[in-house]
Amino acid sequence: MKITDWVIVILAVFSVTTVVLFLVGAPPIDAYMLIFKGAFGSWRHFAQVLNVWIPLVICSCGLLFTFNMGLWNIGVEGQIMLGAVGSTFVIKACSSVFSPSLILVVAGICAILGGALWAVAAGFLKIRGNVHEIFSGLGLNFVAQALILWLIFGPWKRPGIASMSGTEPFPKSLWFPVPAGWRVSPFMIGLAVVLLLATAKVLQATRWGLVLKALGSNVKAAGVYGISVNRNLFFAMLCAGAFAGLVGFFQTTVIYHRLIPAISSNYGYLSLLVVMLAQYNWKPVPFIALLFAILQVGSIQLPLMLRIDSSLSGVIQGLLVLTAIGVMYARRRS
Amino acid sequence: MDVELKHIHKYFGPVHANKDISIKLSSGTIHGILGENGAGKSTLMKILAGYIPCSSGQILINGIPVKYSTPTEALKYRIGMLYQDPLDFPALKVLENFVLGIPDIPFLNSQKSFKKMFHDLCRQFGFSIDPESSVRRLTLGERQQLEIIRLVAAGASLIILDEPTTGISVAQKETLFRALRFLADEGRIIVVVSHKLEDVMSLCDVVTVLGQGEVVGEVVQPFDPNELLRLMFKEIPAPVPRCTLKCGHPLLWMDRVSAPGGRCGLKECSFTVKEGEIVGLAGLEGSGQNLFLRVASGLVEPTRGEIYLGKEKLTHKGRQVFKNKGICFIPTDRLAEGLFPDLTVSEHFVLTKFDDSFFIPWDKVEQVSVNNIIKFSIKGDSNSKVSTLSGGNQQRLLLSLLPQNPKLILLENPIRGLDVESSSWIWSYLQSFCLKGTAIVFSSSDLDEIFGVAHRIVVFFDGKIVLDSPLEEVSLEEVHQAIAGVT
Repeated sequence: MKITDWVIVILAVFSVTTVVLFLVGAPPIDAYMLIFKGAFGSWRHFAQVLNVWIPLVICSCGLLFTFNMGLWNIGVEGQIMLGAVGSTFVIKACSSVFSPSLILVVAGICAILGGALWAVAAGFLKIRGNVHEIFSGLGLNFVAQALILWLIFGPWKRPGIASMSGTEPFPKSLWFPVPAGWRVSPFMIGLAVVLLLATAKVLQATRWGLVLKALGSNVKAAGVYGISVNRNLFFAMLCAGAFAGLVGFFQTTVIYHRLIPAISSNYGYLSLLVVMLAQYNWKPVPFIALLFAILQVGSIQLPLMLRIDSSLSGVIQGLLVLTAIGVMYARRRS
Repeated sequence: MDVELKHIHKYFGPVHANKDISIKLSSGTIHGILGENGAGKSTLMKILAGYIPCSSGQILINGIPVKYSTPTEALKYRIGMLYQDPLDFPALKVLENFVLGIPDIPFLNSQKSFKKMFHDLCRQFGFSIDPESSVRRLTLGERQQLEIIRLVAAGASLIILDEPTTGISVAQKETLFRALRFLADEGRIIVVVSHKLEDVMSLCDVVTVLGQGEVVGEVVQPFDPNELLRLMFKEIPAPVPRCTLKCGHPLLWMDRVSAPGGRCGLKECSFTVKEGEIVGLAGLEGSGQNLFLRVASGLVEPTRGEIYLGKEKLTHKGRQVFKNKGICFIPTDRLAEGLFPDLTVSEHFVLTKFDDSFFIPWDKVEQVSVNNIIKFSIKGDSNSKVSTLSGGNQQRLLLSLLPQNPKLILLENPIRGLDVESSSWIWSYLQSFCLKGTAIVFSSSDLDEIFGVAHRIVVFFDGKIVLDSPLEEVSLEEVHQAIAGVT
């Protein structure tokens, strides 16, 4: 899409949102100001925005691999959850044995393995059982959610009383280190940027990246070129799962410092929207992720100040994707 | 009804596909549109049928200018088109397909009256299709017959047929021609797009020849074949001589191979091809020859039987191994199975000629693509998406992607939809491989092609090999009988 298309999309989205705000009787200008202040009002707010931006970017990177191959990795949500379970497991099991930094490294690896396992499970069902990845992914999301609830109310319950607020918080020494006063890990920001650039390099400059794009363009021709669909499907899912697992690690050790039922914060689904809106290109991903993060964080204030539901951000995000698809469709027809 | 196309222009981006075309189509005639590939025939017909709009120009019906932008609207002006690959609903029954195609069906309709209508039309045209069978089971020729009566029932007075004689049997062709003549005699206009000179000459009353998007000439009966050829091509291409067979060693050996798929599967086929040999596979569309090629290329796994390359057993090894052993396959539906439509020409070279590089050496790729584009005279540049190339250029690209020294090249209808010039170029290129010992096995619905270039013919009927003979030892008659399943 060209810049003019983006302007059309954004204008259309905000006019529809404004109408929605009028209908619910909220002053639109105030609502937009609140979102803006909620995101940029102070460093504390902006740090929160970055803490949403980091997982969105990392997760979107993984999805670029699967989307380029034409796979709908809806299971990314469950892959984040399994990553969170993996890292919590390591921290629970080894907290008294090793040094904190070693534990965090192992927890990170375990999170990546957990996410990858869940993705490969969906891939395996597709290769062996011919189950479409949307259905297996959706099913595995529910299984992952059930697993987390079982862990929180069962084996990992708080001493005395199990609660929806999650497991016992990790000891402070096992929190991912964040410089004093920063409220956001500069290491994680750097990691997100590095992963994004690496993903771009792999997809654009390597033969494997091209193979994925080829399979996304026409799976049926793969045989003629001797390209194995199954092997590439496996590795694309593996990458997406590993990235999602890393997000699970981020959510448990940087943000919540424990396992909670809503550990994924729906970042998997949001990342699907980010990548779709980016039309499977890496370049717009950081910007769209930033816009989504701003909406996500900025709208937290809406219920308190204007008594409108914070799901307004969801309305805007959804409208963005729908109008963008509409504009692309119109461009293609003309 | 008289239809007139006036000063039709069509641009696809910078490409001027139709240049100021004016044609008069008058009631009661069979009008042939002849031309090589890329001459603009299909574009013009799609404009007439309402599939694509023209950039400028007019369509007049009985002298009155009309405008329509979809095939459904075109059918309201009684213009209907029949495609090279019929666009029907394969999962439905014949009668259901027939009923679906009739516009303005009353809400409450009776199966009985439609069945009667269907039978009456079939009888009129001498077609025999079972209304209760599913469309999937029909041969290409029968699906074509179904389309014709559907269009007639829908009230079409102008019927366009795109390459109607490709892929149908001789008997079906005769029935088709009789039906078309009958329709014309009733006052309808029949427009036939073809590049088969013989068919056009025996069927049409008037022929318009297109070349490079323009009308090159209009000829009426009786036709002079040389004049038509001269109009179609600036110079008449000489037929490709068959290359001499040096008796080589057996290369690929298939032992009683069976496989599922297609209309009838593959049943107990045994087959050997020698180095440097060209084998043509004949048979009605869907008799197993194309499945056979897929099994031989490793794309489809046989359920029974063994495949050997030389002394090595390849059964169940998977397509990658077959490919690495030098077995290449070029399918007939190039965009659907042979190429990646969204990828550029040079990206295809990355996939085939840069197997072991992790990072793509774009400089070298560009060089290789440019060299091949020149060598194979592909009209397009290295950054064109392959979906924008014409059929002939896609086929040239596929040939340029072949490795240096393949052992066996399997081709499915290698020259389907290509003009004589492209075809002869493609065959002389393929024959250059045979001199190096490469074997070629190809399927074709065109017996002339097989008799022209192959050393041996293999005929399939109902999934079985019913004839396997060197060409010198078999007559056209015997081949016809084998194709029709007469033993």
